[in-house]
Amino acid sequence: MIKKSLGDKIFDFSNLIFLGIISIVTIFPIYYVVVVSFTDPIEYLQKNMVLFPENWSLASYEYLLSSGAFVQSLGVSTFLTVVGTTCSLVITSSFAYALSRKKFKGRKFILLLVLFTILFNPGIIPNYLLVKELGLINSLWSVILVSLSNGWFVILMKGFYDSIPDTLVEAATIDGCNDFTAWIKIILPLSLPSIAAFGLFFAVQYWNQYFNALLYLNESSKWPIQVLLQNMLIDASSSSLGDVDPLLQPPPSETLKMAAVVIAIVPILMIYPFLQKHFAKGVMIGSIKE
Amino acid sequence: MEKAKELDELALKGEKSKSKIKKFFSQIAKDKYLYLLALPGLIYFLLFKYVPMWGITIAFKDFSPFLGYVESPWVGWQHFQRLFGNQDFFMLLRNTLAISFLNLIFFFPLPIILSLLLNEVRNQFYKRTVQSIVYLPHFLSWVIIASLTFMLLSKSEGVVNQLFVFFGFEKFDFLTNSDIFWFLLTGQSVWKEAGWGTIIFLAAIAGVNTELYEAARIDGANRFRQIWHVTLPAIRNVIIILLILRLGDVMEVGFEQVFLMYNGAVSEVAEVFDTYVYRVGIQQGQFSYSTAVGLFKSFVGLILVVIANKMSKKFGEEGIY
Repeated sequence: MIKKSLGDKIFDFSNLIFLGIISIVTIFPIYYVVVVSFTDPIEYLQKNMVLFPENWSLASYEYLLSSGAFVQSLGVSTFLTVVGTTCSLVITSSFAYALSRKKFKGRKFILLLVLFTILFNPGIIPNYLLVKELGLINSLWSVILVSLSNGWFVILMKGFYDSIPDTLVEAATIDGCNDFTAWIKIILPLSLPSIAAFGLFFAVQYWNQYFNALLYLNESSKWPIQVLLQNMLIDASSSSLGDVDPLLQPPPSETLKMAAVVIAIVPILMIYPFLQKHFAKGVMIGSIKE
Repeated sequence: MEKAKELDELALKGEKSKSKIKKFFSQIAKDKYLYLLALPGLIYFLLFKYVPMWGITIAFKDFSPFLGYVESPWVGWQHFQRLFGNQDFFMLLRNTLAISFLNLIFFFPLPIILSLLLNEVRNQFYKRTVQSIVYLPHFLSWVIIASLTFMLLSKSEGVVNQLFVFFGFEKFDFLTNSDIFWFLLTGQSVWKEAGWGTIIFLAAIAGVNTELYEAARIDGANRFRQIWHVTLPAIRNVIIILLILRLGDVMEVGFEQVFLMYNGAVSEVAEVFDTYVYRVGIQQGQFSYSTAVGLFKSFVGLILVVIANKMSKKFGEEGIY
């Protein structure tokens, strides 16, 4: 081992400091929303800027969770996330698996069709008109259906299934399985870790869904959390919260907004440790998708 | 004789092709469950990805919801002529390209620098902690990013302006200031994605043979020289490919990001193709014209992506398809 020179030591030290600063800059906004959301409303109104609150309080959260509209939007987002992720996984993984089998006639052509949907997007209006023609405006299914599957997920999943040899399926066929039962009994259990990874990325996508909900859901009772949050940000009167517990003193709109942001971030933070395990797959999905 | 032989052969050929078709169908019947598995996905793609492509025809029609797709009269290139003859067109193109190129200049190099620095951290715990923190914003929605931006930068309550006042400076208008709007977007993208972008470079760096560093050290190379002469050349290809692919994507400016930061004061610099299509199409109901605008954007995007992909293959790398 060569002894570290002075230059190397200075380099290492300043590198650590620099990365530390970057981490603080990254985490500060999140830290700040959390702190403000838990700050006593009176203290916030006095100081207007709180880095370390003296009095903690749950007032903003109590007020927020007494709002029927807010709780409902959480329900809508949960529905979209759970049902959407399940449907997405079933349809995408079955399609990808079938396309990964070499005996599938015309799979090259279908793969080309799938690929082309990645390269060319017909645009907002034709998609909107299709949903309208199907009578799905103001139905939560519109948001699920339009993002049910996409070319990237199919191609990435197919790439994964490609590594499962045909002989494995053939062995199962001899034991009396058909392709369908073999998929359920053998392939799915085998690919569970990978499916879980795709499931997490689907779930984040549904929870963060904003644009499609804005486009297809006009009734405020159908709004998911992201759309409600955006409305709260714009109107200062927090009237988008609808009826709230009349006995509660309304907290300042700032702490209220921060509490809403925190509630919208919490589910992401909860699955974040699991997401971390699958970053390699995620970067392929993420880097290309947007 | 000759004729009879030819006829025989023809008949034989017919039989053969018939039996080929038969074989084809019998094979499909044999594997019917496999095709059944693919069916929902196939129907989904045809209905939700290909029917809208057919819906593009209304860009060449005067679409009225009462007449429907088929009955609405054809108008040729009229909507495109309107787009290209419109002052708005140059504004949209300028804004889209400005936002994209600012991203390329300021955002693109950051993940590279960050991953080089992360790679130099010897303390694994410290490295992993930094990574966990900088990857996190990638998973937050644009609505949340916009909320955080307002909270930090708004003129009345924003933390930054409170600090300015505290230190005796004037308040600065970040959010309704058309001079800095593009930079504001770049800043948001940096905060959200710079950390996440390091993953692909770190993966490439992990593949570098450690003996190369030994050799460089013995030759007396300090840490900067090691980065310059060993690490950077090792990830050069990845950098070039990603740069080309980003160039192919310049027409894509995130709708949600721009839409959420949009306000009347910055409309001149904030309107991009997607937000324009939304406003003119969905809010004003000019379906045909806005479809034409969207089609122009998608078509240019398609050409750019195909060119980018060809170029990246020229560099001996796999493209995106």
